[in-house]
Amino acid sequence: MKPRIFLFFVGPSLFLMTLFIAVPLVSVFVQSFFVTHQVFHEVTTKSCSPGFMKQTCTESTRTEPVLGPDGVPKTETHFVGLGSYRSLLKPAAVKAAFSAAGNGIGDLLNIDFYRALRFTLTFTLVTLPLVIGFGMLTALALNNVTQAVRGPLIFTFLLPFIITPIIGALAMRWLFVGNGIMADALNGLLSQHFAILAHGWSLELLMLFFRVWYVAPFAFVIFYAGLQTVDRDVMESAIVDGASRVERLRYVIIPHLAPLITFVALIHLMDAYRVFEEIIGFSSQAHRISLQWLTYDLLVPDSSGNRAISRASASSMLTLIGIVILLIPLLRRAWREHLGRG
Amino acid sequence: MNDTAVLRQPFVLRFATVGFIVFWTILAAFPLLWITLMSFKLPIDAFASDPLRVIFGFTTLRERGGLSVTALVLGAFALWLAYHGAEHHGRRFARYLALGGREWLGWLLAALVYVIALILGLFWILPAIVRVVEAILSHIPVLDYLARPMMGLTMQNYRAVWIGYRFYDNFINSMIVTTGTVVISLTVGTLAGYGLARTRSNVAFWLLIAALIFRALPHSVLVTGYLPVFIHSREFLAPLWNWHATAWFFHLFSDQPPTLYGQPLAVIMVLVSINQPFTIWMLRSFFMNIPAELDEAARVDGCSHLGAFRRVIMPVMWPGVITTGLFSFLLAYNDYLVCSLLLDAQSQTMVPAITSFFNRETTTTDQVQAVAAAVSITAPLFLLVIVFQKQIVSGLTQGAVKG
Repeated sequence: MKPRIFLFFVGPSLFLMTLFIAVPLVSVFVQSFFVTHQVFHEVTTKSCSPGFMKQTCTESTRTEPVLGPDGVPKTETHFVGLGSYRSLLKPAAVKAAFSAAGNGIGDLLNIDFYRALRFTLTFTLVTLPLVIGFGMLTALALNNVTQAVRGPLIFTFLLPFIITPIIGALAMRWLFVGNGIMADALNGLLSQHFAILAHGWSLELLMLFFRVWYVAPFAFVIFYAGLQTVDRDVMESAIVDGASRVERLRYVIIPHLAPLITFVALIHLMDAYRVFEEIIGFSSQAHRISLQWLTYDLLVPDSSGNRAISRASASSMLTLIGIVILLIPLLRRAWREHLGRG
Repeated sequence: MNDTAVLRQPFVLRFATVGFIVFWTILAAFPLLWITLMSFKLPIDAFASDPLRVIFGFTTLRERGGLSVTALVLGAFALWLAYHGAEHHGRRFARYLALGGREWLGWLLAALVYVIALILGLFWILPAIVRVVEAILSHIPVLDYLARPMMGLTMQNYRAVWIGYRFYDNFINSMIVTTGTVVISLTVGTLAGYGLARTRSNVAFWLLIAALIFRALPHSVLVTGYLPVFIHSREFLAPLWNWHATAWFFHLFSDQPPTLYGQPLAVIMVLVSINQPFTIWMLRSFFMNIPAELDEAARVDGCSHLGAFRRVIMPVMWPGVITTGLFSFLLAYNDYLVCSLLLDAQSQTMVPAITSFFNRETTTTDQVQAVAAAVSITAPLFLLVIVFQKQIVSGLTQGAVKG
């Protein structure tokens, strides 16, 4: 294919990705070093009222936004360097936390950014083995039942993955909310009142459980498809050689599925690191927040209608560092394969 | 393989398999099933601690009436029929409706006919049949018990959400955004996917790697980039409207540069772009499956590249395009972050709009209405999985098996 024709085919897509992904990325990077705010000036007004002998005069000073020529409040942008990053990372507070008077990790986790980082990393790393484990179990179990029931079962297993994540989280929450059915069952079991949504740790467990419930179907479908392509000859020779069921699983099936396990792990790492919907669905912001939610929260207008764009950009850039670390092994593999092919 | 003693499964294993499958089926379906039940009940039944009350809705039954055993059995049969029909005859029906060999048209028409038939069937034909059967049964001494209402059911939550809170506005917005995203994303994506699958240049490799990196980006990062520009787009776009070389063109659309914030079209372009990396990877792997000899043959016969693409490749690509379209649909339909930040209250889609329900959740009535809204959002997705289960499975596995 000639370069000109290639460009014709790829052009529109390339244009969109440049305009809406690459350019915003650069602009976020630049924004994170600048702060834009409205220009205010102090207006002193003197108001006098007639009085005996002398007027009573009061002087009041107010700050008012400066209006531009078109009547729109004027804004100015100036360079703050790493100021926005500092306001997120709070190095002074970190130093104080680890000083003699500080409380160490406890204090550190009171700072929003570290709180979000802690939750995001725990969430990503804890759900990973569970998703792969349950995905594998369901795939193996389904592969072990008669063909006739598999269709409807795949349909049911797939449901959690297809429905809107926020709706899934809400459905789970309504079961565990104060007078929900599972909350009542739990209270009956413990024979005491326990509000699962009101404690940070139990809420976190519920969020982990939800994510496994939501993503395991994806792992299941991939592994199930992989199981259909297991080489029958290899399997038969393993049986002839007297391999037990466990050995066949360990030495034939798992190695066959290994690339798929890597694939699922990578996709899951990328997606779990972006955890966001759970925070909204379970309204957990008082107890648990994630990195992406932190950026989102800075972008939502506050009570006076301002969006903290600069700090949101800084938080975005910090989130990106994690993505880059996650992607490095993947990119190295792709590069090696590319060299091998070329 | 022969059914030898080695292959016969020990009882424990079979028992464990079946046990685990039953457990997982309940786990997967229970939350959704339960909120569906809740959404049809009065608040006092929906949040009762006795599960039987939630299922049968005793108070709802007393105050609002309900369904009889006959109605439930017939309803279940109708649902099974709908599922079975879609699964076993959907493809043939779509082929039948593919006028002039245009398979996408066939699928679109089939889906449309299916949804209309479903709505007609469930809301008109089924109730009529149920009424006739109930009338007959109620005259027979013992069987009249089957015709008596026993499961409470009310539509009042749905009525409140859809009519009272104008949820249909959000539904229309959702449809605009998802349709736009799917159509544009597929148009742009198929071209790029084809180009990438049929070239050996280094540029293609780097493009795919860049797409992979872009796919991993958190959406909040990108929205941080859009927001300031979208809000002040009038100033940013002003040069295009003022510069004499481009002015005439842009003045065709509007006299002034638009504010992109709150514009569904702008959100469509954003969702298309965010989705592009995934779309081109997926379509590329579908195109890789189509032998290159096919378009070479077309080129030998005198087709241009575009002609070969349009006349030879596209007709065999429809399964891939439909699958990718499904995933574009899911992305746009399920999106919360982008829509909630870039759209205003008037142009809000369904998923972000639901937050206004559960943030208001002070009374149980509000809660049950939020549940009804959630079920309303899920229903179209449910239909989607029924009709397109095979395509979804093939789409999910496509990327994995290829690499």
